[in-house]
Amino acid sequence: MDFNDTPEEARFREEAADWLAENVPTDDSFRSLAPLQQAKMWQKRKYDAGWACIGWAPEFGGRGASPIEEVIWRQEESRYELPATFFLIGQGMIAPTLMAWASDEDKARFLPRLASGEEVWCQLFSEPAGGSDLAALRTRAERDGDDWIINGQKIWTSGAHYSDYGVIVVRTDPNVPKHKGLSYFYVDMKAPGVEVKPIKQLTGDADFNEVYFTDVRVADSCRLGEVGQGWQVALTTLMNERAAIGGGFGQMDVSLALSVAQGLEIDGQPALGNAAVREKIADWYVQEAGLKYTGYRSLTALSRGALPGPENSIGKLVGAPKMQAMASYLMDLLGASGAIADEKLAVKAGIIQRAYMGAPGLRIAGGTDEIMANIIAERVLGLPQEPRLDKGIPFNEVPTG
Amino acid sequence: MNFEFSEEQQMLREQARGFLAEHCTTAVVRAVLDDDSGWDRALWQKIAEMGWTATTVPEAYGGLGLSYYELAVIAEELGRAVAPVPFSSSVYLACEAINRFGTEGQKSAWLPRLASGECVAAFAMAERPGRLALEQLQTQRTADRISGTKTTVADAAVADVAVVLARTGSELELCLVPLKQDGVTIEPVLTLDSSRGHSNLVLKEAPTERLGDKPVTQAQWNRLLDGAAVLFSWEQLGVAESALLQARDYALQRYAFGRAIGSYQAIKHKLAAMYVKNTLARSNAYYGIWALAEGSDELSLAAATARVAAIQAASFAAEENIQTHGGMGFTWEFDCHFYYRRAKLLSLVIGSESVWQDRLVDALARQSAAAA
Repeated sequence: MDFNDTPEEARFREEAADWLAENVPTDDSFRSLAPLQQAKMWQKRKYDAGWACIGWAPEFGGRGASPIEEVIWRQEESRYELPATFFLIGQGMIAPTLMAWASDEDKARFLPRLASGEEVWCQLFSEPAGGSDLAALRTRAERDGDDWIINGQKIWTSGAHYSDYGVIVVRTDPNVPKHKGLSYFYVDMKAPGVEVKPIKQLTGDADFNEVYFTDVRVADSCRLGEVGQGWQVALTTLMNERAAIGGGFGQMDVSLALSVAQGLEIDGQPALGNAAVREKIADWYVQEAGLKYTGYRSLTALSRGALPGPENSIGKLVGAPKMQAMASYLMDLLGASGAIADEKLAVKAGIIQRAYMGAPGLRIAGGTDEIMANIIAERVLGLPQEPRLDKGIPFNEVPTG
Repeated sequence: MNFEFSEEQQMLREQARGFLAEHCTTAVVRAVLDDDSGWDRALWQKIAEMGWTATTVPEAYGGLGLSYYELAVIAEELGRAVAPVPFSSSVYLACEAINRFGTEGQKSAWLPRLASGECVAAFAMAERPGRLALEQLQTQRTADRISGTKTTVADAAVADVAVVLARTGSELELCLVPLKQDGVTIEPVLTLDSSRGHSNLVLKEAPTERLGDKPVTQAQWNRLLDGAAVLFSWEQLGVAESALLQARDYALQRYAFGRAIGSYQAIKHKLAAMYVKNTLARSNAYYGIWALAEGSDELSLAAATARVAAIQAASFAAEENIQTHGGMGFTWEFDCHFYYRRAKLLSLVIGSESVWQDRLVDALARQSAAAA
């Protein structure tokens, strides 16, 4: 075993690193732009040089790179402090759906502009009545000649306020069981009748929106998949969701915990000498290293041209609760001053408090802890689903709360 | 990135799994639990014929000279089968110590016989309840005699020789003590896993010689335990995987209230939690075996991480496997208790969870100081 690149991988890494060294913008005029403008400018620069969405086929704006090359590119890019990405959902989840289900004309129309960052997309799935039970959604689309008229409400839509397009799952037939009555469209977010309202989260930030649809007219040509096939199309999007969300847990890692403990005393003794503190740090490191080396195992599979096994499904389920537990415990160690969130005054500039406040969201987004455990139990271990009381019943006869 | 076993090593895994499925069924384990023998001698001989006991012994001493990767593969399968054999004592600990510290004469005398499985070696550390405290060891060598009492020594009753940890003057030593001679009393003790025999080893002026021509340093001792910890973690992982599979199979076949119990989220989430711990333990065991086989200076961190993860995974899987089985899991007749016993037993050798959590944090602190 070794952690080294193959010669081909090393050559690719060097090429990527060289291009990044030459092209990452550092000037003040770039830094003075709004975050979205920075992101769009950087994305376009990558696109023009063939470094955007490198895994995509060349006709869609990529370079047909292998999965391991995509990983190497991400590793190299992450060495730089670059604008936050606004394209994760569009490029990571919606593009694969378009590739699988859209007409050739739509693919040619939309994919290159997704890759270049010129158009931003959002995902309109969750509803007040359908979160974990997504297929219970109620937003209606009714046929009107060659068009459909959409009425209803979506929720938890990231980036709806700056998106150009969105993909939406709607109910086109309430008289059949819930999964069978759905259809999947793309919509123009600037169309009349689309109203976006930000949701203020418990953190005080507003990363998500409610999106209201009032008599929004969509052409039938904007439909992906057949009428009634919306659930299968949605699964294509969702299958790519964990890859897009699973990611990192910021600066909240064991080295931070170690550094906090090294700066504190308990009853006049170094906190790092305290048995309870040591036990916690060891257990977090077991989780952190376990995830890291699970990732290495998956990378090895990719490097060999194989598909990674199911082991990566544990990432969010381990990482998000760990982040919450670690932040909570480090605040305990800090005592009363652990409550200080002001980044100018707080130990570690408020990272710990922000992590604590953000962690509940991570444990819910993209599949709650409970849903993730169900997925592992059902798809990895092969256990049966819970019996479903709405199975086979027309949607409009299903009991609701 | 090449963080995977080679094709040959994966073939060895298949071969080992097939061999143990045939020769080490749970009926074999049960038979040893039911009698007082403490091991299955016939199984041990077959394992020796397969060459497993010779895996990492150098070819010059009759071994196969393979890497630790091969040994890890075998360790996992032995754990999976809860094999009632003195493999860990003889191979991970005693053979390693002799090969690492022994004089030419000692290696020539013992390694070929241990590699062939003709002889078994035990490894004696603990002297009293509580953590091993090196500075408080009572066992002492005077010239060519050794005296002291070692407690809960695995496989001593079936071993030909023991590697015994002693303190002579201010020095730490490992001593070779042939067991079939005067001055050696082996008192079998009942442990919670009698499929692996344990004894107290009472030495009174027993003939001995120091292993090697020097005392062992603290660093050498730590290195020996780190290597053993990695190999034990693979064996514990095997136990954890068996317990998870047994629970999964039972959850599929057992019905309550008209449906398989595996369809209830209470059971699903329990089994998912086992899978998560096992996956973390497996990936950390990869880290451990990489560090051991490649001679990395991260070994102390990797070994402690692998060991803590394996202890947690195996204990959890074994405990919750019984819980998943309900009342039947509490019977002697069902096999669940094999994993419960073995998981706990393996978590107590070479220092238990808190010992390795401490070693982990010490290694982390050293690493972060070195990076600063």
